[in-house]
Amino acid sequence: MQKTVFFFSKDINRVARIKKTIWLILDYLVLLLMASFFLFPFWVMVVSSFKPEKALFDDLKSILWAFLLRHFTLDNYLYVFNRVPFLTYLKNTLVIVILTIFLGLFFNSMIAYSLARLRWKGKKLIIGSIIALIIVPFETIAIPLLVIVNKLPWFNGSMSWLDSLHVQIIPFMADAFTIFLFYQAFIQIPKEFNEAAIIDGANPWDIYSRIIVPLARSTFVAVAIIQLIFLWSAYLWPLMATRTEPYRPLTLGVTYLYHMDIHWGPIFAFATLSNLPSVLLFIIFQKGFLRSLASGGVK
Amino acid sequence: MKKIRKSKRDQQESFFGWLMCSPVLLLLLVFVILPLVLGSYWSMTNKRLISPLPTEYVGLDNYKRVLSLKVILIQPQLDAAGQFETNETGQVLYPRVRDVIRSNSEYHSFRPYKEFDIFGHHYGLIAKDPEFYTSLVNTTLYVVIIVPLILVISLLLAVLVNQKIFGISFFRTVYFIPSITMISVTSVVWIFLFNPSVGLINLILRTVSFGYLGSSQWLQSTDTALFSIILYTIWQASGLFMVIFLGGLQDILQDIYEAAQIDGANPFQTLIHITIPKLRNTIIYVVITSSILGFRLFTQVDVMTKGGPQNSTLTLILHIVNEGFRNQKIGYASAISIVFFLFVLALTFIQRSLMKSESEME
Repeated sequence: MQKTVFFFSKDINRVARIKKTIWLILDYLVLLLMASFFLFPFWVMVVSSFKPEKALFDDLKSILWAFLLRHFTLDNYLYVFNRVPFLTYLKNTLVIVILTIFLGLFFNSMIAYSLARLRWKGKKLIIGSIIALIIVPFETIAIPLLVIVNKLPWFNGSMSWLDSLHVQIIPFMADAFTIFLFYQAFIQIPKEFNEAAIIDGANPWDIYSRIIVPLARSTFVAVAIIQLIFLWSAYLWPLMATRTEPYRPLTLGVTYLYHMDIHWGPIFAFATLSNLPSVLLFIIFQKGFLRSLASGGVK
Repeated sequence: MKKIRKSKRDQQESFFGWLMCSPVLLLLLVFVILPLVLGSYWSMTNKRLISPLPTEYVGLDNYKRVLSLKVILIQPQLDAAGQFETNETGQVLYPRVRDVIRSNSEYHSFRPYKEFDIFGHHYGLIAKDPEFYTSLVNTTLYVVIIVPLILVISLLLAVLVNQKIFGISFFRTVYFIPSITMISVTSVVWIFLFNPSVGLINLILRTVSFGYLGSSQWLQSTDTALFSIILYTIWQASGLFMVIFLGGLQDILQDIYEAAQIDGANPFQTLIHITIPKLRNTIIYVVITSSILGFRLFTQVDVMTKGGPQNSTLTLILHIVNEGFRNQKIGYASAISIVFFLFVLALTFIQRSLMKSESEME
């Protein structure tokens, strides 16, 4: 019934079209309003990073000039490179994040493969324990872990892991939630895929590296992205486990700058520079990034 | 012959099975299980990071100290004539809780936490570690407020960016970007935005409301500091949950929406009657994840307020870090950590059982 009315009455058709246009305008208004909320801190951060200190505060008297740039300077960036060990922080963050993600992908997928596809005694117990460990928040073990790493020897003869890069990498390579994600992905791959390989005399390592890893590529990407988001922001552990600037990541560098002597220009330059790598990475790989997060996180 | 070959393969699988497990098992053992076990043990000692005295076993003393809480009735102050003392406006005066504690040896090592009036009597709440209760209340309040807000906002964002209209990938990018920035770095930026006198948030509010709004103290007042942290976290984390909802939305078949459109449903009706019921599992997942992340609140608070003003933003994790790392009381901090863990555990189980009973209902 309704369909016929829809097709034969021109007036109703016009009303429907006007209604649709109003919804669309409202739609864009909400989208823009939300966008300005999420964007304005970045806008202010970038614009202010190019302002001289005096202009930065003078401009705050007017809402228009606060968002615009009329005096341009690179002094803030020079300050960040000359007065603060910015490049050291950046190098540390990159080394920590990249090594933790890659070693983590390798080790965690390997144990997940062993648990999901190989038959051996005692693996049920291990699967159960790993699932139980997912619930343990890092904050629960942070304090005892600090005491433990303080007493661990390292190859260079040092008797403590504190104040080093490896103290920020090795304890975070194994991750129960990551193992769980890999386990779920591997268990869904049909058994037929490795049966042919077994007949050809392939051992479990060959099956893992030549069949399973290529088939589960999307899971590797999803895990890497989830890990990246959390490792990139890591703050609590570096705060406890490092004492000197040569071993600190960007996340602590900014508070060093903030507590040194508050100069907002250099702080904004520091903030702009340190957010640049992850934001660029995201904008370049946007589609794959969002798709693998959406599919990897929940299921 | 066949049997021998099979057992050979079994042996091979068993060998590779253990071999491929061993690196992670070793890592988990040293960096997760050992700290858990030692932490549980140290929670029953008076261990300190650096101390000339040997560590002693103290049983459940640390836990008693964390949890001890007492309600005491406070009698009004009497004047020389034996009458209730009052101030100029006729209100009855009470002695300070601190003095009541000092005058009674039973309350030794207790400190005042809160005062309240009920049924015409004046009571004092006293605890051995009032900061624990302050942080517990702050953290719970934070979770109770932020979880529904994050849920509504990120769902709204997901529905908005799930449309196929011009420029939508731009909006999707903009909403998500705060999630991939460093929390400590953007927190410092927000300290600037929150500044009461020169901060942009007050400037914008003043302009928009013609001077009616925009005089809030934000991070510098006990009334608004926690709310400011919530506002920042909504800005920072909504995008991440939006993406999770987006994944859920894209699993819903399009013909349901087409049918609804033919029936003349407007976007709000579609949201309430189709989208939300279909997203039930995603919603539960978002509630669980955001409340656990909420209980773990630390970075933005440590950067923006260090728990202040007057402990109004002190969180459980901040309290653990203050006691264990900054004051080096390993034993005591381990006990709070275990209590914190039990809270998270209870929360997980409550929500898991909710999830189960709801799915059974269908």
